[in-house]
Amino acid sequence: MEISTKKVISTLGIPRLIIITFMIVLCIMAIFLKLPLNDLLSDTLVRTGMNGVLVLAMVPGILSGIGLNFGLPLGIVCGLVGGLVSIEMDLTGYTAFLVAILVSIPISAIVGALYGYLLNRVKGSEMMVATYVGFSAVSLMCIGWLLMPFKAEEVKWPIGDGLRTTIALTGRYDKVLDHTLSFDIFGVTIPTGLLLFFFLSCFLMALFLKTKTGMAMKAAGDNPRFAIASGINVDKQRIVGTMISTILGAVGIIVYAQSFGFFQLYQAPLMMGFAAVAAILIGGASARRANIIHVILGTFLFQGLLTISLPVANKIITEGNLSEVLRIIVQNGIILYALTKVSSGGD
Amino acid sequence: MQNQEYIIQMKDIRKEYFGNPVLKGVNLNVKKGEIHALLGENGAGKSTLMNILFGMPVIHSTGGFEGEVTFDGNITNIDSPNTAMHLGIGMVHQEFMLIPGFSISENIKLNREILKANIFSPIIGEQAKTLDFKKMDQESQVSLDTLGLNLKVQSKVEGLPVGFMQFIEIAREIDKKNMKLMVFDEPTAVLTESEADALLKAMRRIADSGISILFITHRLDEVMQVSDSITILRDGEQAASLDTKNTNVVELAEIMVGRKIENMAQKEEQDTSKEVIMKIENLVVDMPGEEVKGVNLEIKKGEILGIGGLAGQGKIGIPNGIMGFYPSTGNVTFDGKNIPLNNPAQSLKSKIAFVSEDRRGVGLLLDCSIEENIVLTSMQIQNKFIKNYGIITQIDKKTIRAHALDMISNLDIRCTGPEQLTRRLSGGNQQKVCIARALTLDPEIIFVSEPTRGIDIGAKKIVLDTLVELNKRLGMTVVVVSSELAELRSVCDRIAIVTEGKIEGILSPADNDADFGLMMSGDYHKIHGKEVG
Repeated sequence: MEISTKKVISTLGIPRLIIITFMIVLCIMAIFLKLPLNDLLSDTLVRTGMNGVLVLAMVPGILSGIGLNFGLPLGIVCGLVGGLVSIEMDLTGYTAFLVAILVSIPISAIVGALYGYLLNRVKGSEMMVATYVGFSAVSLMCIGWLLMPFKAEEVKWPIGDGLRTTIALTGRYDKVLDHTLSFDIFGVTIPTGLLLFFFLSCFLMALFLKTKTGMAMKAAGDNPRFAIASGINVDKQRIVGTMISTILGAVGIIVYAQSFGFFQLYQAPLMMGFAAVAAILIGGASARRANIIHVILGTFLFQGLLTISLPVANKIITEGNLSEVLRIIVQNGIILYALTKVSSGGD
Repeated sequence: MQNQEYIIQMKDIRKEYFGNPVLKGVNLNVKKGEIHALLGENGAGKSTLMNILFGMPVIHSTGGFEGEVTFDGNITNIDSPNTAMHLGIGMVHQEFMLIPGFSISENIKLNREILKANIFSPIIGEQAKTLDFKKMDQESQVSLDTLGLNLKVQSKVEGLPVGFMQFIEIAREIDKKNMKLMVFDEPTAVLTESEADALLKAMRRIADSGISILFITHRLDEVMQVSDSITILRDGEQAASLDTKNTNVVELAEIMVGRKIENMAQKEEQDTSKEVIMKIENLVVDMPGEEVKGVNLEIKKGEILGIGGLAGQGKIGIPNGIMGFYPSTGNVTFDGKNIPLNNPAQSLKSKIAFVSEDRRGVGLLLDCSIEENIVLTSMQIQNKFIKNYGIITQIDKKTIRAHALDMISNLDIRCTGPEQLTRRLSGGNQQKVCIARALTLDPEIIFVSEPTRGIDIGAKKIVLDTLVELNKRLGMTVVVVSSELAELRSVCDRIAIVTEGKIEGILSPADNDADFGLMMSGDYHKIHGKEVG
């Protein structure tokens, strides 16, 4: 028994244990404060599933050596374009969802490759450059959204030019994954389809990492000099990693949107990269090391903390509209903590 | 009892690092006002001895040393570089520690500035005093003139030729009033011939002014030219102490190299008619610190060729250039085919394998398992260990595991299993993983660079035995690049010595020590006056 406990501790790492303990304490407080714990847990599961793919997008970036992909918004805007195209084509349900993904993949692949070329030019400061690439892409698309020639009523402002800031997916593919095969257990709703999609993505990623290209990419990221000595084209592998990361960003935002019920354009994608970075770091990854477990665990812990801590805090401090302030403090606090773990891998 | 004649006497100095003796009872006596040369190969213990002399923290943090140090007639305990400085022991560094934007005199007087009072200093104190530039310049000029350097002290260090920087370093040391002993650590290594000449003259002038000099170098002709007496270290032992006038270059070379270990296996007479498997013509490799400047070399099929020479002379650059890791030009033919340079994948595909000298930097994926390390190169280059499912590939875990277990038992890699991370292995076992990776490529020729650097003696023997075994059993051509001459002489059929980026000559392991020593110091041709090899 003692050995297995030790093993659990060493695999999880102390930080994870502390966070898990904190989450359990929050859950207990929620019960005492008469908050509906089952709803909170359902929410946590949904949010894990909806953010999961975005967090998974960090893995190829980290493994190919470009570090944490702060430029995730680049992939996100590609996904948004795909999503809008599927609405423009007046599709609904799974068809619309899949078409959105299919349209966004080639767009994000091309954008990702160009982004990869850029990152190869700035070796050593990828993460800083990536952050500003993300910011620039979002700002540039603010103009793009105004100019894009979409005709659909739901997408365009009713008066004038340009696209709406939020586009409701009601009647399109709002929660198609969430509701697929979902069931209740002890009052907790399990969003089976959503979680399955997330796990399937993880499985595909795991498969990819075991291919020849996957191995080459890992080697290029782990030790570029070793990779060169093994005849691997390091720059090419970094571009592959960046491309996959960008594609997953695009797919991720579509999954996110179907759960959330809205596409958010303009400034909304700006900080999404940070949440994904924080989640994988909390899961135990570092800027050089990451695996699927880090993704699943990290997403669950990060989203769980956000979901549960806010109602608890709001209940304790009932003053006015503190909830938004608290959300920002908690979320950025977690990101800040996670960023201190960039180099050490959270151990 | 203590002799007033000597400025420093180090008696029976012993030092070990983690049970590994590096100094085994060394004596060093330097007289007042003499130039004493300290000779030895890389790893003979010169730097350790100097670290002791300067009381470097690395000595004290690893358990101190045994022996007695007498400075200027008194037994002293030099426990920190600060103490050494106060005693009047100075060092001229190999890397220049100068501030480019400062003038020469500012550099010379740095942190020992001459101050004068101003209207604030009586109130605020020492910190507020003004620099007395006039006096500083005067004193610096005197120091600079001692060296015979025709230079104004007001000029900036920035943009001066390298040789001048070396002189400024020296001027800074002799400017210290209490300077009694100066250590020159290979001062001529970066200098041109005429600069080196000037430096040697300056050294003589310094010595004449009463400051003793300890001169560390491996250029034997310089030693003969300038020194009064000589101490030679070999393998942590004091091989000899001589007066310069009673010796000659050949003797020095012989003592420096020495015969350290017996040949492990007596070699059969070499079959000289062996076919040439690799031909290297005019290879130039731009590898920082190990530049190759035009190497011509023929490697014969099935031989073990050693490439030796001192550190920094370019021997390591040769395999790195052939494998395409550093920009290189020249012509390399292997097995009748031309090997394109600057293209690692092509070199690997031509069945040339390389075990890098930079084990942790190039040789290993430290955060990956042993088995992944072993198969990765072969997987990428030869598509082995891969299952194909249409366009999708998957690694073949079963074959990988079987191959890894095979290699682990063949090379005796001590580990908890093929899944252990290579980071956790000892140096020797890491080296074996690197060799295993090279062997997985099934090469026809294998370059092994510094195979025994940083690994313990037991593992050394296994690594060397493995190389001999490969050569004998599989007929693989092996090229060993190593700074340890004794090691090369114990396993190689022929040994090429590299000096200043070129092949100085090729020797047989049985050739006498003097030839090896002369070739390594680049003096062979000066003595024999003819081209060899």
